[in-house]
Amino acid sequence: MLIGFVWLSLTKAGVPLDFSFLKDFSKRLGDGFWLTVALSLASLACSLLIGVACAAGQSAKILPLRYLCNIYVGLIRGTPLIMQIYLFFYIVGTAWGIENRFAAGVIILSVFEGAYITEIIRGSLLSIEAAQIEAAKAVGFTGRQTVRYVVLPQMVARTLPALTGQFASIIKDSSLLSIIAVTELTQTIREISATNFRLFECYFTLGVLYLCLTLPISFVSKWLERRYDYGN
Amino acid sequence: MEIEFRSLSKQFEDHKDVLLPMDFAGDVHALAVIGPSGGGKSTLLRILGGLIAPTAGQVWIGGEKVCYEGAAVEAHRKKIGYVFQLGGLFKHMSAIDNIVTPLIRVHGFSKEQARARADELLGRFGLLTEANKKPAALSGGQQQRVAIARAISAKPKLLLLDEPTSALDPEYTTEVLGIIRELKEERLDFVIVTHEMGFARHACEKVLFLAEGQLLEYGDSDTIFQQPATYKLRSFLGKLLEWNI
Repeated sequence: MLIGFVWLSLTKAGVPLDFSFLKDFSKRLGDGFWLTVALSLASLACSLLIGVACAAGQSAKILPLRYLCNIYVGLIRGTPLIMQIYLFFYIVGTAWGIENRFAAGVIILSVFEGAYITEIIRGSLLSIEAAQIEAAKAVGFTGRQTVRYVVLPQMVARTLPALTGQFASIIKDSSLLSIIAVTELTQTIREISATNFRLFECYFTLGVLYLCLTLPISFVSKWLERRYDYGN
Repeated sequence: MEIEFRSLSKQFEDHKDVLLPMDFAGDVHALAVIGPSGGGKSTLLRILGGLIAPTAGQVWIGGEKVCYEGAAVEAHRKKIGYVFQLGGLFKHMSAIDNIVTPLIRVHGFSKEQARARADELLGRFGLLTEANKKPAALSGGQQQRVAIARAISAKPKLLLLDEPTSALDPEYTTEVLGIIRELKEERLDFVIVTHEMGFARHACEKVLFLAEGQLLEYGDSDTIFQQPATYKLRSFLGKLLEWNI
């Protein structure tokens, strides 16, 4: 229905669409597409590490560490990504000589998404009932066995669907790295549209390519949710 | 099974006394712990099971002093079977995995031995067709039967049951109590915290009455029910029997 509405609007506005230019830019589009995939995968891995460490820090007994983790989550979640990209790249990046834009992009995205992943992991940890831990003690599990056989499987079951959803967010958020000229998919499209002025066709293409990445992930997330739903 | 505790007390972090200092010594075969809610029954059972440590006092079970620290308390828990009110099964595991995993990981059974023992118990409790279901897919009565099967699977020296039927419908209550009575007939020693006075009176040999953190009465179940010595027990039983048909 949405596609039909957009199509109708285009017809009414008298915008003719011509996608014939795509074949001339297929290599650049492919490069941008795979750079987005690589950026997102690298950021997912790093943000997962940050998220796990920070969630552990939030439940640590050392108060300064706990406060530090809470401040990190509060600051990152409370400010827009675009501001973080500018500040990091032009101030922190310049000060510490981070000139590789791919590396800078991965660091910025990881720090940003890490705060959200921290909250996902913390939520999963809090949702594990005390009764399950007590039952683990009662059957004779040691502390380590309780983590291995009770806490981790239940956490994975609760975290994995949300984490997959977050991966889709990382892919979309990576588009903002175009403002520091990381030639990922969005930047590639911006460059192409600047040369041929086919703005609508370029951004339609961009939308379709992002959907090619995010829709399967969304299906996987839903599947994981059903797969691990054991009646919470 | 000899159970003994001396000067046992428990105070939680908010300084609320849950158990006031109490002494007890008795040969327990089938013991019911009764009393009003909030009287400390579940706390006493958790102390006996090694799930929480007492604030003061010592506990001996079967002549062995219970130590509440480190590997010693883990070793103690291995010898005890524990059944919770409801929700004591691991939610992410199937019924059979709930039994098999502790047998393998805690008691050193081989996979084949654990599977055979689990099949034997599930078969006995009429649950073989439910073996691969997760707890959420089982009825309350079935969940409790699996919990009992898990608790007795490693042949514990003592079975502790914390209000195992209080969250169940009457038909499931009868079913679960029937199983516990069968276990008693097989000479498995148990302590049950229960509000099922009929079961406490007819299926348990001894009854212990706890109220407001105090151990007020202990004795043969017939005596406790027919000749309550304290006002609190008379009042407690009177309230329970008020609506009996």
